[in-house]
Formats: sequence, C-alpha cells, structure tokens
Amino acid sequence: MRHETVDTLNRKADKAELGFWLYLMTDVIIFASLFATYLVLRNNTAGGPSAADLFEPRYAFVETLILLTSSFTCGIAAIAFKFGKKQLGLGLLMATIVLGTAFLTLELLEFGTLVREGHSWQASAFLSAFFTLVGTHGFHILIGLIWAAVTGGYIMSNGLTRNAVRKFTLFSLFWHFLDVVWIFLFTIVYLLGELS
Amino acid sequence: MIDFLLGRLSTEYFPSDPVTIGAAVGMPLTVVGLVALITYLKRWKWLWNNWLTSLDAKKIGVMYVIVAIIMLVRGVADAGMLRLQTALAAGDATGPFSTDTFQQVFTAHGTIMIFFVAMGLMFGLINVVMPLMIGARDMAFPFLNSISLWLFVAGMILVNTSLVFGGFSNGGWLGYPPLTELQYNPGPGVDYWIWSLQIAGIGSLLSGINFAVTIIKHRAPGMTWFKMPIFPWSVLVTSVLIMLAFPILTVTLALLSLDRTMGMHFFTSDLGGNAMMYINLIWAWGHPEVYILVLPAFGIYSEVVATFAKKALFGYKTMVYALIAIMFLSFVVWQHHFFTMGAGANVNAFFGIMTMVIAIPTGVKIFNWLFTMYRGRIRFRAPMVWFLAFVVTFTIGGVTGVMMAVPALDFQVHNSMFLVAHFHNTIIGGVVFGFFAAMTYWFPKIFGFRLNDRLGRYSAIAWQIGFIVAFMPLYALGLMGAVRRIDSYSDPTWQPFFITSGIGVLIIALGIGLFMLQIIYSVWKRKELRDTTGDPWDGRTLEWSVPSPAPHYNFAVQPVVTHRDEWWHRKKTHYQAPHKSEYRDVWLPKNSAVGLLIGLMACGAGFGIIWHLWWLVGLLALGIIVIIIIRTTKDDTEYLLTAEELLKEDRRAKGMAV
Repeated sequence: MRHETVDTLNRKADKAELGFWLYLMTDVIIFASLFATYLVLRNNTAGGPSAADLFEPRYAFVETLILLTSSFTCGIAAIAFKFGKKQLGLGLLMATIVLGTAFLTLELLEFGTLVREGHSWQASAFLSAFFTLVGTHGFHILIGLIWAAVTGGYIMSNGLTRNAVRKFTLFSLFWHFLDVVWIFLFTIVYLLGELS
Repeated sequence: MIDFLLGRLSTEYFPSDPVTIGAAVGMPLTVVGLVALITYLKRWKWLWNNWLTSLDAKKIGVMYVIVAIIMLVRGVADAGMLRLQTALAAGDATGPFSTDTFQQVFTAHGTIMIFFVAMGLMFGLINVVMPLMIGARDMAFPFLNSISLWLFVAGMILVNTSLVFGGFSNGGWLGYPPLTELQYNPGPGVDYWIWSLQIAGIGSLLSGINFAVTIIKHRAPGMTWFKMPIFPWSVLVTSVLIMLAFPILTVTLALLSLDRTMGMHFFTSDLGGNAMMYINLIWAWGHPEVYILVLPAFGIYSEVVATFAKKALFGYKTMVYALIAIMFLSFVVWQHHFFTMGAGANVNAFFGIMTMVIAIPTGVKIFNWLFTMYRGRIRFRAPMVWFLAFVVTFTIGGVTGVMMAVPALDFQVHNSMFLVAHFHNTIIGGVVFGFFAAMTYWFPKIFGFRLNDRLGRYSAIAWQIGFIVAFMPLYALGLMGAVRRIDSYSDPTWQPFFITSGIGVLIIALGIGLFMLQIIYSVWKRKELRDTTGDPWDGRTLEWSVPSPAPHYNFAVQPVVTHRDEWWHRKKTHYQAPHKSEYRDVWLPKNSAVGLLIGLMACGAGFGIIWHLWWLVGLLALGIIVIIIIRTTKDDTEYLLTAEELLKEDRRAKGMAV
C-alpha cells in the first residue's frame, strides 16, 4: 500500500488546486466570450421581442436567491468537512444538490415557456445568444450537480480522507465560481435587459 | 428509425473524383498495412505497454511528433497539389483539380499544417524536454497529458476520415461565415473541420494548464525564475497564451456549430446574425495562436545558439521581458487581419501601431541571438544550420509583416499572395525550422544516438533554398494583383511565377525526403552514432546531465540548481556525482489506457455530431463521463520505485557495474 509522506500529499493537493484555478480562469474566458457575444447581439432582435419584453427580473431574482443559498450551504459543508463533521457536511452537500436542482428546474421552465411562446433560439440572433449564454451556465450547473453527487458518494464510502477533502475543495471552488458567473448573468441579462 | 440510426450518412458522400478516390482507397490500405505489419512482428503488446498506454511525458512527446510528421507529409502533398494547379491553370487552361477539390485542399492544407503539424510538433517537443530542463520527474498531471495527446489524435483521425467519407470543408483554414453556414454549405465538410479542431483544441487547452502548473510547481530546488532556461520560459508564456486564447476558439467553433445544427443565428446573414463578429472572435484567438506556435521555437533557438556558440545566451533577462511583452501585445493586434473590415481610421491606426510595437520585442530577440554568436566558437552542426536559416527567413517575414501593419498598404495587399508569402515566411522560417532544429538537437537525448549531421545540414539547406524559390515569387504575384486561393487566372504573365513557386515546393519536398533519409540512415548506423556521454553537444542545461536515452524517471537524484546554465557550471567546477545515500524512493505514474479510450470515444462522438448520429453522441458522452468518474475516484494510480532499484537502474543507464 501507499506510504506517502504528508509532504508529498500536500504538494499534490497544492498542484491540483493550482491546476483547477487555472482551469477556472479558462472558463472565465469562455463566459467572457459568450457575454461579449450577447452584448453585441442583444439588440439584433430581427423585429421580434427584446430582453425587456421577454424577461421577468423577479423570476430571475428567485433563481439568484436559490443559487446563492446553495453556495452558502456548500461553503458551510466545506467547513464541516474540515472539522471532521462528516454527517453534517453530507447533509449540507445534499441541501446544495437540492437547491442546485431547483435552480436548474426553474431555468428549464423559463426556457420552456419562451420556446412555447415562439421565442426559441431560432427566432433571432439575440435569442440565440441568450439561450447559449444562459444555457452554458446551466450546463455547468448540471456538471456541478453530477460532480457533487459523485463526491458525496465518495465521502460516504471512503470516509473523510485527505483525498476526499481535496476533491470536495475543488468542487466547492467550481460551485462558487458558477455563483459568481450567475451574478454577472443576472446583472447583464436580466437587470440591464429591463432597462433597455 | 433508419433515419435515427443513420443520421445523414448516405452513399452520395462517397468520393467521386479520381484524386479523392485515390486518397480514399490508399489511406485505409495504409492503415490496414500498418496493422498487419505490427501483427506480423508480434509488436502489439510492446506497443500497448511501452507506448500507447504510457504516461511518461517523453513517450507522449514522441508520439505527438510522429503523428505531426505524418501529417506534415500530407500537408506538403496538399501544397504540391495547390501549386500544381496554379502552375497549369493559366489563361484558358484548366488544372487537374475541380474548384471544389481545390478549395478543400487549401482548407485542409492550412488546417493540418497549423493544428496537426505545428501544434503537434510543439506539444511533442515540450513534452520531451521541458520537464528534463527544469529538473522535474514528470509533468504535473501525467494522466491529463495522455488525454491531451489522444484528443489531438482524435482530431487528426477526423480530418483524415473526411478524405474517405464526406469531404472536407471548403471554407478556408479559419472557416469564415456566412460561407460556412448551413445555407451555403449543407454538407458535412464544415462539420468535420469544426469538430476536428474542437476536439484537438480542448486537448491543447488541457496541455496549456498542465505545462503551466508543471513549470510553476515542479522546478528543481534552487531554480528561481531567473535561473530557469529560456525554453521553459517560452513554454510558460505560451501556456498562458493557450489558456487565454483557446477558450475563445472553443466558443467560436461552438457558436458556428450551433448555427449549423440547432438553427441559431450568430453568424448567419439573416435574423440579426453578424458574420463580422466571427471574424473578430476567431482572430482574437488566431493572433495569439501564431505566438503560441512561435514562442517555443524562439525558446529552442535560444538553447541551440548558446550551445553551438559555446557561450551563455546574450541578454537573458531582456529575452524573458521580450517574451512577456509579446504575451501582452499579442492580444491587442488581432484586428490587423481585417483592416479592410471598415472599423474606421482610428481603430485601424491603433492596431497598426500595436502591430509595429510587437515587432520590437521580436527584434530584441533577433539581436540577442546575433550577439550570442558574436565572438562565440560556433560549430556549424545541423541544429545551428537550421538556426541560421531561421534568422534570415524569419527576419524577412518580420519585415514584410511590418509593411502590412500599415493599414494603407494593407488595403492593397490584403488577402493577396503577398500575405500568403508573408505568413509562410514567419511560420516556416520561425516555427518549422525551429522544430526541425529541436528534433535534431534533442534526438540523442530520447533515442540514445545522434542523427547523421551531414544529411541534417543538407535537409536544412534544401528547405531554405526551396523556401526562397517557393515563396519569393508569391510576393511579386501579390503585388501584381494575384489574390490568395485562386484555382485559375486569366493573366498568362503570372504563370512563370507560379511555375517557379511549384519548383520550390519540390525542393522543400526534397528537404523532407532528406530528413526522413537522415532518420533512416541514422537508425541503421545507430551503433556508430551512439551517445555514451549523455552530453553529445557539450550542452549547458540540465537535460544533458542525465544519461541518453533519458531514463523513464528522468533524474535518479533530484538535482539542486545554483546557476542558470547549471550543467555547464557543473562541468566547469568538477561536480561530484551524488552519493548512494542521496537516492530516495520515488512514485511514478502507472500506465493507463483511459486517455486512449477517451480519445477514441471523443473521436466517435465527433463523428456522431458530424453525421447527426445523436444516439451515438449521447452514448459516448455518457461513457466519457462514467470513465472520468471511475478514474477520478481511483487512488491507486502510481507505483513505487525504491531507492535501491533506482540506484541499480541509474548505474545500468550510466554503463557502470551494478
């Protein structure tokens, strides 16, 4: 079996965390490109409805609250795991998953309504950009939910090993990152949309 | 049901003209032949254990280089077809190829040369030597490294599949819409282009992260930033550029693909689409991309010139600052690729001036190399000849680049043969020559014997002469009004220039032939060319401190660095080899077939998207997710090499009694 020193384990965790941060920065560029695309195209409605006509900031505000709360439970879970409170941490992780799922459901419901009313991604460049930008965030949330479930399962079966905590740290970085992206989304798509 | 299972696969996509039929039959036959040969030689197990599943960066690097060289042959064959057509199709004459074939060929030529030759050679060489140069045992994430390799191979397979089935894009290497939109290009060609680049590009992105973390975290103790050789510096800067630029490519290709498959309107001509946004996005990636390619080559030249002039590199710190300056500036010049868009005089002036400014750090580097040679004891070995060819060729390319940085002049030569000549000047002269220099220079470190020097020099000279003959006429043609990508022309006075250029391609092909011959001849004579010292060129940096071929653990004892040219310093100060007691246990990555599996599945998924086989895409995407989950929840991915075993292996590698 393995006889690694604490030192090499720490180094490994360090490395993974740096690599993950760098990955997140590349994801920032992905979202930045999509935001830029959205801003360029948001008035290209091809005679159809604009952001002000379509979006309901209050609805998005509820989504925002749910996602922020999930980030909060995720943060507390990280602290719980750090202090070895496995059950509490797992419970909070479960709460994070439930809230994330609720967020995603709300988003999909919104998409469904738009498409049913004839405002699908094929209707105009503005709607293409909207669905792609918000959809990419939603897709990240989906990946995050799968990841959360896998990490939870890993902790349940392997206990709170160093490796498990490391995996959870990376997940929580990802989850908080998605939260930050959503803040920009909420501001640029929904709030500025109302102003235009 | 049939529609669901077969998507848009149909027999109408089988090739119909003789040239593509030849390729479509020849390629699968070559693959079958290779498989038969390996089976006959009973080498499958060896191939699987020693190469395909290996996580050793050096082996991954060699596999990259092999794939890239195969693709180089295809890319040059494409170039030959292009020049054959233009040499013949003057006035009323028609060339051997139809317009559509010609368009596919120039698209394939550009795509292959940039993504699967230049990028492949670059990643390969970085894998081979970067960890050795910084005194590291391996990459930071060896498993991720193998995923990168196999995604690269997946993209390569897709490009070549298009030759057999469906045809390739005819939209040029950057696939400008609206030509590449569904409306004008309903076939699978553009989708092949999109997905081969998308898959290989994700591999590149992962490599960028991997290299950066390796350099930040794995440098030998004592190797502070300003004691790190220039090649790793150039790799670090390139990695930052990859991390900042490749996501833009990912997004751009994804948006074009959404237009084509989901009926969106990002770049279409109707419903508010904006094709110029595509041009902006693709060049926001595309310009940094040319620096991504050339900076590692600059790093290689810095190592080569110092070694063969037997002098420390002149102006080391200015070299580093120049690299960093280029890193920033490469993001504020992209608009010079389309001054003619009509962004206005002020915007054009800004980008024009920035383009001239970026020539300054590049010029600084040229002078640094020249001053390194000044009063050095220069040995004209093959890598040095490649370097000298670079200085001449690249400088000419740089000068014509600065000419085109003037918007008023650019309006005259935009998208003309002048531009074609310019970027080949910089990419062949800068990137290709550098990678050939590197292959010759570091070959003994990986394979344990040198390459024949005379053939190497002949190859370099053939490339250099061929280059001049092939591309100088294109400058003239550009000024005479020839635009790029034409398959025929009415003015017969252009024909002599095109014929001359075609002859140049033949001379370049001779250069490649000589390079191949050099490898074959050297393998044959490998006993005489054996490198027993580990330091065949009297080198300066750490990779020459280990035996050749470099052992799989790289360094038996972790080196501690005190000087910039650490190995040179050790040779001058009677450095003592480490004592028995200094050997430590090391953990090394176990082989893994998961990277290969992910690559194959990504290739299949890409094929599925191209042909609208959505069930296949779904299955394989799910498969990839499951595999990644299994792999990441597995802890037992390394094996132990104990200090005693390490000592034994080290002594064996150094030819001492065990």
